[in-house]
Amino acid sequence: MSDRVFVTGIGIISAIGNSSDEVLNSINLKKSGIKLSSYLDTVYKNEIPFGEVKFSNKELSEKLKINSGQIITRTALLGMLAAKEAINHAQIKNISEARTGLISATSVGGMDRSEIFYEEFIADNKKGRLRNIIGHDCGDSTEKIADMLGIKDFITTISTACSSSANAIMFGARLIKNNMLDRVIAGGVDSITKFTLNGFNTLMILDRQNCRPFDEKRNGLNLGEGAGFIVLESERIINKNKKEILCELKGYGNASDAYHQTASSPDGFGACIAMRKALEAANLKPEEIDYINAHGTGTPNNDLSEGKAIENVFESKIPYFSSTKAYTGHTLGASGGIEAVLSVLAIKNNLIFPNLNFENQMKDLKITPVKELIKNIEVKNVLSNSFGFGGNNTTLIFSKI
Amino acid sequence: MTDIYIKGIGNISPQKTIDNSGFPDEVMEYPDAEYLKCIEPVYKKYIEPMASRRMSRVVKMGLYSAKTCLDEADIEKPDAIITGTGLGCVEDTEKFLTSIIQNEEKLLNPTPFIQSTHNTISAQISLFLKCHGYNYTYAHRGFSFESALLDSILMFNEKSANTILLGGVDEITENTYQITKRLGHWKRENINHLKLLEYKTKGSIAGEGSAFFLLTNQPDKANYAKISSVHAFYKPENSGIIKNEIISFLSKNNLRVEDIDVAILGLNGDKNFDEIYYKLTEEIFKNTVCAYFKHLCGEYHTASSFAMYTAANILKNQFVPDVIKFNNKPQRQYKNILIYNHYRNINHSLLLLQNA
Amino acid sequence: MEELILKLKSEIIEALNLEEMSVDDIDSEAPLFIEGLGLDSIDALELTVLLEKKYALKIQTADEGKKILYSVKSMAEYISQNKK
Repeated sequence: MSDRVFVTGIGIISAIGNSSDEVLNSINLKKSGIKLSSYLDTVYKNEIPFGEVKFSNKELSEKLKINSGQIITRTALLGMLAAKEAINHAQIKNISEARTGLISATSVGGMDRSEIFYEEFIADNKKGRLRNIIGHDCGDSTEKIADMLGIKDFITTISTACSSSANAIMFGARLIKNNMLDRVIAGGVDSITKFTLNGFNTLMILDRQNCRPFDEKRNGLNLGEGAGFIVLESERIINKNKKEILCELKGYGNASDAYHQTASSPDGFGACIAMRKALEAANLKPEEIDYINAHGTGTPNNDLSEGKAIENVFESKIPYFSSTKAYTGHTLGASGGIEAVLSVLAIKNNLIFPNLNFENQMKDLKITPVKELIKNIEVKNVLSNSFGFGGNNTTLIFSKI
Repeated sequence: MTDIYIKGIGNISPQKTIDNSGFPDEVMEYPDAEYLKCIEPVYKKYIEPMASRRMSRVVKMGLYSAKTCLDEADIEKPDAIITGTGLGCVEDTEKFLTSIIQNEEKLLNPTPFIQSTHNTISAQISLFLKCHGYNYTYAHRGFSFESALLDSILMFNEKSANTILLGGVDEITENTYQITKRLGHWKRENINHLKLLEYKTKGSIAGEGSAFFLLTNQPDKANYAKISSVHAFYKPENSGIIKNEIISFLSKNNLRVEDIDVAILGLNGDKNFDEIYYKLTEEIFKNTVCAYFKHLCGEYHTASSFAMYTAANILKNQFVPDVIKFNNKPQRQYKNILIYNHYRNINHSLLLLQNA
Repeated sequence: MEELILKLKSEIIEALNLEEMSVDDIDSEAPLFIEGLGLDSIDALELTVLLEKKYALKIQTADEGKKILYSVKSMAEYISQNKK
């Protein structure tokens, strides 16, 4: 149980880049990936901007050298690309040399194809191409990734809405600490679908402009898509293989807000518990956190609730904090994985990321997010928040070694 | 490893398993049914109309069975809530998807979307109980319930919880049935589900269920059973590997095949998938009491939760009901029960229960 | 007005799935949210859809919504004043 868990590889695909290098470059240039959609077939195409990955399904398949005749959901394609980068980055050549697991996460799985199927199916239940529906469930993309990478020892999928992939990373770390596995590829994926677009639209929390997290005039979120995976390895095999370590996953915590199915409690009660649990697990004091990568979706409710929770937990010693959702959009089930990759990049590159589009201080908060990119700053401990529907709150802490 | 016990159960299924309403003395038979649906209780006992008005059938079933389970265990608030579901809240997902298409993305009602996420059930339970503890939902085909159980075991080992509410929930809808039927998952001919193993044709019968278990680390005479171990394995290449997995799983738990008093098998009547079970009953389990259960609840992603309910009751009552017996072996003392199940030869799992 | 209020009440009961309620159980002037009927933010969204679907009226801002959706009476007044 005392075994430490280290991050040895990262992989990401998102609106701001299709590898960790490209993402870092966009961050440095303060370049947001949010714009009107090129690929999603929706009546809101010219009205609502997204953080879309700038490749068609065909192009994604080509990158993976998958025969284009094969129908694979966009969700699986995005997940395969990011997981593959993570494995390569960790320089894993032989997957079966250690007990290896894949813990993935997604909120709507292969919904991008189910929508196509349903168009025909609801008119006549004998119709609709079955190949468009077999990837519907959350487990499908996970199994596609596992099969591509040859992972057999343990695979599963977590689906807790927007905290899904943070939970996958937390479960992955616990499997290693409990000596069930030596190595876990953990993270998550979601693609933009009409289902989620229309869902968030009915909640009236989609900003028609680029989102402005933690701004007094914030007016909702932008949806994004992508995937983020990290490779977690145990101290045991790292010592054996003398591998390069990116950072340590030191703390994690999950708690339920138990307030409302969609809204967060006004004081961020569940978020406070999650952050405190993670700090306790990491054996860190709040003042030791250098940077918070906030959930910060840009909705009036989330940012107020999360802001209050940060004020409660950190009191007078508020670390630098920002939301990176104005870069990537809110990638739902993938956001915890994408932001885990960003947290590792912050530590490795001595950077603190700006909260794009922030202009006006929130009246109900005393705290202010980071506006400009801060370079050459020692980032020892990063706390990353992910909160989902049903009040599912998760915090991860990554630390320099 | 910390000892883990089942202290309470709430199981809504196509059989009279909830509220001590008759199973296994009375077995429900649905002669003309294409798929097996749950017998729903009167929800008002636990769920106020004001609260239930937005809930789909599966959310109500989940909440009701969870509450029944907690009541039996006399636990108000567990330390954690962990559920598994293969497909989540299907009815609301279909409802929202259909309305998007029919209304061309305009003027849609938000409620089905809000209730469609896979973690709605565990979230609604936490809301209902005001439970701020750890709350997870696994959604991975035939590993959904197994992952939730493995997580529970880790929680006890880490000393993060003394009580955990564990659930396996899946619902069948007409649309899911039609789609999976076209995919060849179900029998095309009319069958009597109670004779599921007699047909030797392709396909099984679809089902559903919501089974919750209150797990505790406190020994007590009233506990149903002890959960000793769970193991999930993915796409084994052949039956030899499966046999080895079983033997090595048992040996990790200091048991031999002969020590298993009852083997509960996931036989589902599909000739493409049952072969391995028959092989096991003829080889390693030829002297063991073998049982099966999917003729009672149907096939679904979290069907192993129905098997766990069955195993827990065998251990508590020291009795194997005739309706689940696969072979005829003399009644004995039941100490060790192994559940072996697989979902379409992709997700295989082993579960070991022992007397409490 | 009375007729509209009655119609609106039954539409609300249907839209919000208030199964066990009849139009007589809803006080026209009582607040719909928190107190009174005890509705929440999801109901507010459903009522917004209802106004748009049945009366072709679109609530523009959250503040406006709060006033319009205060009670059945305020909704009815808004409808009768704005209906084309």
